[in-house]
Amino acid sequence: MYAQMIKSTGEGVKSRDEMSPEEAAFQEKVDADIKIEPRDWMPEGYRKTLIRQIGQHAHSEIVGQLPEGNWITRAPTLERKMILLAKVQDEAGHGLYLYSAAETLGVTRDELTEALLTGKMKYSSIFNYPTLNWADIGAVGWLVDGAAIMNQVPLQRTSYGPYSRAMIRICKEESFHQRQGYDIMMKMAQGTPEQKKMAQDALNRYWYPSLMMFGPSDAESVHSAQSMAWKIKVNTNDELRQKFVDQTVPQAEYLGLTVPDENLKWNEEKGGHDFSEPDWTEFFDVLKGNGPCNTDRLNARVKAWEDGEWVRDGLLAHAEKKAARKVAAE
Amino acid sequence: MAEVDKTQLAQFLLRMGDNTLILGHRVSEWCGHSPVLEEDIALANTALDLLGQTSLWLGYAAEVRGTGETADDVAFLRDAWDFRNLLLVELPNGDFGRTMMRQFLFDAFHSVLLGRLLQSSDQTVREIAEKASKEVAYHVERSADTVVGLGDGTEESHARMQAALDYLWPYVGEMFASDETDRALAAAGVAPDPANLRDDFDALIGKVLAEATLHIPDSDFAHKGGRTGAMHTEHLGHILCQMQWLQRVYPNANW
Repeated sequence: MYAQMIKSTGEGVKSRDEMSPEEAAFQEKVDADIKIEPRDWMPEGYRKTLIRQIGQHAHSEIVGQLPEGNWITRAPTLERKMILLAKVQDEAGHGLYLYSAAETLGVTRDELTEALLTGKMKYSSIFNYPTLNWADIGAVGWLVDGAAIMNQVPLQRTSYGPYSRAMIRICKEESFHQRQGYDIMMKMAQGTPEQKKMAQDALNRYWYPSLMMFGPSDAESVHSAQSMAWKIKVNTNDELRQKFVDQTVPQAEYLGLTVPDENLKWNEEKGGHDFSEPDWTEFFDVLKGNGPCNTDRLNARVKAWEDGEWVRDGLLAHAEKKAARKVAAE
Repeated sequence: MAEVDKTQLAQFLLRMGDNTLILGHRVSEWCGHSPVLEEDIALANTALDLLGQTSLWLGYAAEVRGTGETADDVAFLRDAWDFRNLLLVELPNGDFGRTMMRQFLFDAFHSVLLGRLLQSSDQTVREIAEKASKEVAYHVERSADTVVGLGDGTEESHARMQAALDYLWPYVGEMFASDETDRALAAAGVAPDPANLRDDFDALIGKVLAEATLHIPDSDFAHKGGRTGAMHTEHLGHILCQMQWLQRVYPNANW
């Protein structure tokens, strides 16, 4: 998933005694793993939190096209170019399903787009990092999509029906994305000294930003507790981060690359790796708009939207004329 | 039927593959920047189809040349003077209207040409045309719809589409300017003489542009030099700088 720091009601989880009869019935359905559908009654906080979460995920897919799109015209072979183009196209498709899922909660795609462009809504911090060499395209697939999948797989079972169904489709494509990323890394790691250098450089720059994708520790967060009670969040951020590190470290070893963390070591007792925390000051800076690419990413989206206005208006005007002509002819 | 010379067959295959390669490159530049999400997806799809066709055409060109090259070698290791694409496809994207007008003019030509190639005396050409013509039938339907929608849209969209047509029109004539190679291929039944495609092309675009309320410029002046390689535009070199950069800086690497 590409959602970070999603706020829920901020009031913590209500006990059964504090719930209205509707809320209690709703919570019982969630507890029994019965999907909530758009026409069902739902608490206002649930609806709003989901809009924030699904919207942020959709925006991340859209902005996420930019760092990868940066390499389409420079991809080194026809096959790599086609795979990358297909992957970026999938991401636009994910954006589309997710905006549609959000629309079932009573918000339009245009409203969500405006919230993105005015900075009211965020997208994942990871897409504010640049793609500087070809191995970054491998690293984005391997690490960034890998981290996203950690979160998305459990969300296939999320309580909101349209979101769960969107996640099932998205997960199928994301695991293909991760494999193609790892495949690029393999080629690079086994390649010439320069290619190996690119691969290590990409891992060095993408390791900590990938760990940040899970968000800071939320074991104590009231927002997370509520989201988990509603089953729109399944695991804590730390659980997922640990799982990601444990999965990724052997893959890096297999590639012959070094994870840029001197404190990384296997901890037999906990059955997982010990590792360094990312720099959370940097994370909050990126969220505030001070990442290496925030301004450029958002400007690119604003420009696409503004430059496209005459196109959207033109096509709409034509559709209206056509409809009017049809009425006149009848 | 006359036997076709390998050099001439390879020339024809480069013309086909370079058109799709360079246009695919241009269209892929839109990725993440188009006016609406559905257009991002559709443009990526068009670029993907064109690049898939490129692998087939250039792969066959490499085979015919018999030098042990791959499609990638042909795409990434030739200099501008060896490219045989139409000048039209290397022109910069401009606004979305110009991109779609260029796409429509090329799709119209491409669909007429591929239709004829279904009858090619060369089996591989026929097979590639069978696959490509299905994709291009969809491309031309979509680009024609967009040209009509924007031509007959608002005052602004109409003006932009007319400006796009005016700018691109001098690059249309090259599609039909045939030479010795074309005549030899036509005699061997491999490919039609492009000069003979003009009527079908004019009929197709005439209908669509009329519906789009756009005016076809009166001039029949044509810029030429792309498909013969005699003189490309200044833009091609910049495309190759991007496209070939990694292959050139790190030769013989496996990607």
